Amino acid sequence: MTTRIFIPADMLAIALGADDVAITIANVAKSRGEKVEIIRNGSRGLCWAEPLVEVETKAGRMAYGNITMNDVSGLFISGFLQGKKHEKCLGLTENIPYLKAQERYIFKTCGLYDPCDIAAYESHDGFSGLRVALGLKPDAIIDQVQTSGLRGRGGAGFPAAIKWRTVLGAKGPQKYILCNADEGDSGTYSDRLIMEGDPFRLIEGMTIAGLATGAREGIIYLRSEYPVSIRVLEKAIIIATQNNWLGKDIQGSGKDFTLTVFVGGGSYVCGEETALMESVEGKRGIVRSKPPLPALEGLHGKPTLINNVITLCATADILAKGGQWHAGLGMGRSTGTLPFQLAGDVKFGGLIELPFGRSLRELLEGFGGGTRSGLPVKVIQVGGPLGAYLPPSLYDTPLDYEAMTAIGAGIGHGGIVVFNETTDMRQQARYAFEFCAHESCGKCTPCRIGSVRGAEALASDTPDLTLVDDLCEVMVDGSACAMGSMTPIPVKSAILHFPDDFAEKQNVAAK
Amino acid sequence: MAKNSGHWDETKALGLMVQCQRQGGALTSALRALVDTFGYVDDAAIGPLMHTYARSRAEVLGVISYYEDFRTSPHGRHTIRLCQAEACQAVGARTTTAHACKKTGLALGETSNDGQLTLEGVYCLGLCANGPAALIDGKPAAHLDAAAFDARLAEMSE
Repeated sequence: MTTRIFIPADMLAIALGADDVAITIANVAKSRGEKVEIIRNGSRGLCWAEPLVEVETKAGRMAYGNITMNDVSGLFISGFLQGKKHEKCLGLTENIPYLKAQERYIFKTCGLYDPCDIAAYESHDGFSGLRVALGLKPDAIIDQVQTSGLRGRGGAGFPAAIKWRTVLGAKGPQKYILCNADEGDSGTYSDRLIMEGDPFRLIEGMTIAGLATGAREGIIYLRSEYPVSIRVLEKAIIIATQNNWLGKDIQGSGKDFTLTVFVGGGSYVCGEETALMESVEGKRGIVRSKPPLPALEGLHGKPTLINNVITLCATADILAKGGQWHAGLGMGRSTGTLPFQLAGDVKFGGLIELPFGRSLRELLEGFGGGTRSGLPVKVIQVGGPLGAYLPPSLYDTPLDYEAMTAIGAGIGHGGIVVFNETTDMRQQARYAFEFCAHESCGKCTPCRIGSVRGAEALASDTPDLTLVDDLCEVMVDGSACAMGSMTPIPVKSAILHFPDDFAEKQNVAAK
Repeated sequence: MAKNSGHWDETKALGLMVQCQRQGGALTSALRALVDTFGYVDDAAIGPLMHTYARSRAEVLGVISYYEDFRTSPHGRHTIRLCQAEACQAVGARTTTAHACKKTGLALGETSNDGQLTLEGVYCLGLCANGPAALIDGKPAAHLDAAAFDARLAEMSE
């Protein structure tokens, strides 16, 4: 009897030696005369347990965490092919508390199979949302998205249906669906995980968006920092086309949709939608003035729908189950689920998909389990390099767009970076300016100059905080895009919540 | 993610540009193809790129200089890109970077005189729960503390 063994092949698992583990398992199995089939699946998002090796048994899939090459012989000796106990056994995957406590919809099938196995995707209800969409008029598709309350998951939280309907209403034979997969925020990796683990879900979502808006061409703007995502998506697009889920006359519907991958050049600002379009057009990634709205005059001046990876992936289930189902999840105007990502100095880092409304504390304590270093937590940064630094006193805030805005923060793309007590907040605030100076496209003065002056001010042992405050005000009020206008968020939250870190050096100098 | 570096091949470069243009690719796509093939964009490519894309010299150079990836000189034989972003900072990326610079005698962005090694910074590889992260000759690395860096460096010189 052949035993099926699952070993992830996403970028993190590879970084942690999964390729070597796979080869070693194959070799040892051969030498022992055991028949095994090794499947390189996507990640389950349990970053703390990678490489997570799973063995298919009668009872279900047994998980073995943090497996290295050196563990392989021991695993065979303990009988892991029969799902027997081993010191690294985590029990049945589906019973691992970290997974069991989640409510996964977007990520429900990520990691279950080889990401490019289209038959496996279909057998797990894949393309069921697209099947529904193929039978609906564009307006009716958008009605479902509107009912769902889906908001853009890239960070801004803009209602998706408004964008979709604007593009549908725009005149012209040529329209584009652009997927913003330029996931540059530190602490976020949900786009990467879904692209490397369940790429057909993104393809399905983009095709639904195409049907809804009348666009027949889609482009995925991917980062060069994600080499595995590029490889998997390019392969998945070819397979989807061969199986007539992309291309002409999709599943005999008479509808066409094609998809290509565009690889960026290593620029954070290209995650801003208009800079991203400039980049695809072959130019410097400089932010455009709005209006015109990209929905009316976007890529190559044509109507363009641009959404984040997770937003597009979410539409597959919305069409399959109906907008009402999605609207029933979450809190207030934040409907549905968000794949949160725990990162930085955290013991159990990973992807946690939950409906909106849970608290930061639930994520940090319930899932994160404290720091990896063992030191106390000092601060977390929520929502990437333009997100606020928050002290523990605010951890009971619910994760909801409006509630986070009320404390001067944002959810962003759902990344949460944990820092321990040794963190110097003046250094972090200075870094926020430095990062802005490094990545600024240079179009507007507040961002281009303000970031440099801000970094200089905070480099001083006696930082002039009045100057920093003035610079932040000008950047917030006068910048063309979020790069300049949101850099003050990490800076000012650091100063507000950790004033001692900015005064400390002054005292030393005074002595 | 240079697959090769050095050895500019004029004919091959021109072929890539034509292929890219036929597929409707913009200047950035052509630059990507060149960098993926040669590891950098040679000065010799500027003229043909100007003609192919009907852009002035300043425009072509402007696009090249804007993007981190579009280098104008070859990488070293090996390239290590160390993540500098917040999630990695939180677990010691600054220490790893300082150690790496000291150990190799290179600042971020520099290539060793013998052309063996390029050390670079990178902003986020999406390995944020397992930092410090790096790309070593295009392959991802996690938990890269100073000792792990030394081990990887030793493997390279073998």
